This record gives sequence, C-alpha cells and structure tokens, in this order.
Amino acid sequence: MEGIVFAIVSVTVIGIVCAVMLAVASKVMAVKEDERFPLVRECLPGANCGACGYAGCDGYAHALIEGEGVKTNLCVPGADGVAKKLAEVLGVEFEDVVEQVAVIKCRGDCSVTSEKMDYQGIESCKAAKLLFGGTGKCSFGCMGLGDCAAVCPNNAICLENGIAHVNTRLCIGCGMCASVCPNKLITIMPDVEKMLVTCSNTEKGAVTRKECTHGCIACKKCEKECPVGAVTVVDNLARIDYDKCTNCGHCAEVCPTHCIVKGDFSGIHRMDQE
Amino acid sequence: MEGIIHLDFKGIIILLMSAVFVNNYVLQKFLGICSFLGVSKKLDQATGMSLAVIFVMMLSTAVTWPIQYYLLNPHGLGYLQTIVFILVIAALVQLVEIVLKKYIPALHSAMGIYLPLITTNCAVLAVTILNVDKQYDFLASMVNALGSGLGYFLAMVMFSGVRSRMESEETPKAFEGLPILLVAASIVSVSFFGFAGVIENLFG
Repeated sequence: MEGIVFAIVSVTVIGIVCAVMLAVASKVMAVKEDERFPLVRECLPGANCGACGYAGCDGYAHALIEGEGVKTNLCVPGADGVAKKLAEVLGVEFEDVVEQVAVIKCRGDCSVTSEKMDYQGIESCKAAKLLFGGTGKCSFGCMGLGDCAAVCPNNAICLENGIAHVNTRLCIGCGMCASVCPNKLITIMPDVEKMLVTCSNTEKGAVTRKECTHGCIACKKCEKECPVGAVTVVDNLARIDYDKCTNCGHCAEVCPTHCIVKGDFSGIHRMDQE
Repeated sequence: MEGIIHLDFKGIIILLMSAVFVNNYVLQKFLGICSFLGVSKKLDQATGMSLAVIFVMMLSTAVTWPIQYYLLNPHGLGYLQTIVFILVIAALVQLVEIVLKKYIPALHSAMGIYLPLITTNCAVLAVTILNVDKQYDFLASMVNALGSGLGYFLAMVMFSGVRSRMESEETPKAFEGLPILLVAASIVSVSFFGFAGVIENLFG
C-alpha cells in the first residue's frame, strides 16, 4: 500500500514540477507578437514569390509592421487590391501598384527556326542547355521545354509551336520564370503598352539570319528611323530606351524581320480581380 | 549503482557506429516511422527534423538517465520508467521550444515546427529506455543517443533522396501514395541488413 502511495505522490510531484516550470517559462519568456501581424499577413496572397524584395509574404508583413517607410505597393501579384487592403489595415495612404508581367524576348517558333539536334534527354531547358548550348539552331532562343511553365504558380505560360508564350491576363509578374530560364529570355516589365524587341541573339546579322528568320540582324534600320532616338543597336541587338520611347510603332513597321513588335500588355486581369 | 557497464574508447566507437548503422532506429527497429514517412518529402525538411531529433534525443537522455538512477531506482520505482520518461520528455521539449523562441529565434524558425512533433516520437522514448535496459553509463548513454540521432538523420536523408527519385516515376495505380512509400522504405531497410556484423568485425 505504502509503495503505491509513494509512487503516485512522486509521479504527481514530478508532473507538478514540470507544469509549474512550463507555466513560469511561458510567462517569463513570452514573445510578444504584434497583433497587426495576422491582419497584415491575411491581406497578402501567400504566393511567397519574393517579388516585393522580402523573404516571402511573412517577411514582407513583418517589414510593413516594423520597418519605417516600407511601401504598401510592393506586392506585384496582389496588385491594387492588396495594396488597398494593406493601406487600410496600416492606416496609410494608398499607392497604386505598377503591375508587372513577364515578357519572353524570343519569337523563334517552329515556322521561323529549326532544331539542330534530335534532343531526347530530360524535358528541361536547363538540361538541354548543357548539351551544345541548347536544342535550337539559335543558342540564344527559347527551347520550348517549359522550365518557365513548370515553375509558374498561375499557369500563365503555355508552350505552343516550340516556344513559350505568356498569357498576360494570368501572369502575376512574380518573376519566377525569369529566374529559371537558362537563356535569360524572360524579363519582368511594367504592364503598360510598349514596343518590344522579341529577339535576344547577339551574333552577327548574317549568322542570325541563317539560324532564324525572325531574329534581329542588327541592320540598324530602327536606330536610324526612330524619330526620338530611343532605339540603339548594341552587340548586334536592338535595344529600346523606354524613357525616350513614345510608342509610335515606327520601328515595328520598318523592321525587316519583324522582330520589333508592339507588346500585348492587356492589364485587363487586374480589373477582373477587383 | 551496481551493474552499470563502463565502456572503453573502442567500445564507445563501436557503440556509436552500430547505433548509426546496425541498430538504426528507423530502418532496423522500425521506431519513429510516422515522422520518417511524414517529413522525408523534402531534403531541407528532413534535415531540419533530423537535427531536432538528434538534439532532443541527447537532451532527454541527459535528463532521464539521472532520473532513473538517482530518483527511481533508489526508491524501487523502476517500473514507473515509461510514464515518468514520457512526462519529463514532453515537458522538456516544450520548455526548449519556449526558450528557443525567446532567445534564439533563428534556430526556432528552423527547428521550431518539428519540436512538438518530436514530443511524442517513440524513437526518442526508445533511446532513453534502451539506455537504461542495456545498463550503459552516462557517457555511453549520451553516445548511444547521438548515434541513434545520427542514424535517424542518415535514414531521413537517404529516404528523402529515394522519394525525390520516386516522384518523377510513374507508379501503378494500386501502389500510389503510401503503399509504394512503405515498399521503398522496406527495401531501404533490407539494404541496412548488410551492415549487420560489419561494425563488430571492423573494430573487434
């Protein structure tokens, strides 16, 4: 009898000691969580894409609460809707978000260029790039194996006719595709209408022409004809200075290979969300 | 404290190596399978979990060994071992979590989510009880705990590799999900039978 009582008492004592220890510890070492954090975090979309420049949505939420002067319009995927909500929660003035979309600087589909090998390896641009600089004749262009489509959180990229296309209505501008493309073909641009050079080939014009009939052959016609001098050809590739460009579209008209086009930035999807 | 085994340096090395390879908790004793199957999906998660397990195994051994030999045994309460150990380990892990959250937030965010999972992990309890059953002294118990944790780490990392390969393969419909995982785990486990006898003969 005595043994049982002693056993019960000793286990109870151990339990109580542990309980008291935990209770004291949780009081003494309590970490204060800002009550605004869950509210702010709730506003953010949770894609953890890092487009805001912070480590995921949690990081941005912390920065918004703690950091002075952190802007509420940094969340590109969330666009104006999120910026409005954040401004409301934090009690600051709403600032418009410049929406961004991914742009693929290659239009070298199956009709204008061709493969230089019968690639049968792993279905990945990164893997194919290691093999003689890629599958296509042009080693700067899109290989169409879909690394960008695989990483896209919103299924905004489709593969058609051998190259990737971005559906600007679905694109949230997170830039994950840009970071995986081994040819660095994808750039993230503000979602406003503008002229685009849809080629990334920096080889000499004659070489480019043999590889792809859509490529920039560095004829400098655009450079000469641009009324505001916004286009320059550097490293055998036309480049547009968007600070000067007026979207007149003249370069697209004169380009012999039609590699300069007017970008189809819809921007419509933002309105759908609101 | 009669009957406690003291090991020399060679014995310690053999103990450590056999805890990792021969008596692997996951693959040979089939303990801690729940977390083994649950958290081994990604390498970084598997590593975080394993590090937390190593830490908790060593910590709970360091606490439960004195409790067994200075509190339970002298009063003839050895049969209360299981319940007391569970109580102490659970409280201890909670305390560690609170302390980490307060003082080392970086470590807490890396390890914190796994700590509550480990509270009820049978592998941790098994290490502490087996240390007593085998009558290891304190040093040997700690080495055994370290070895067991490292064994868990090895199993987790290996299996996360196996899983990443399995993900890209097509699985027959009937085997999809958990069944194929268990089959793969059993094959990995069988491969560990190859270590039986190697350690003793290597050092002995």
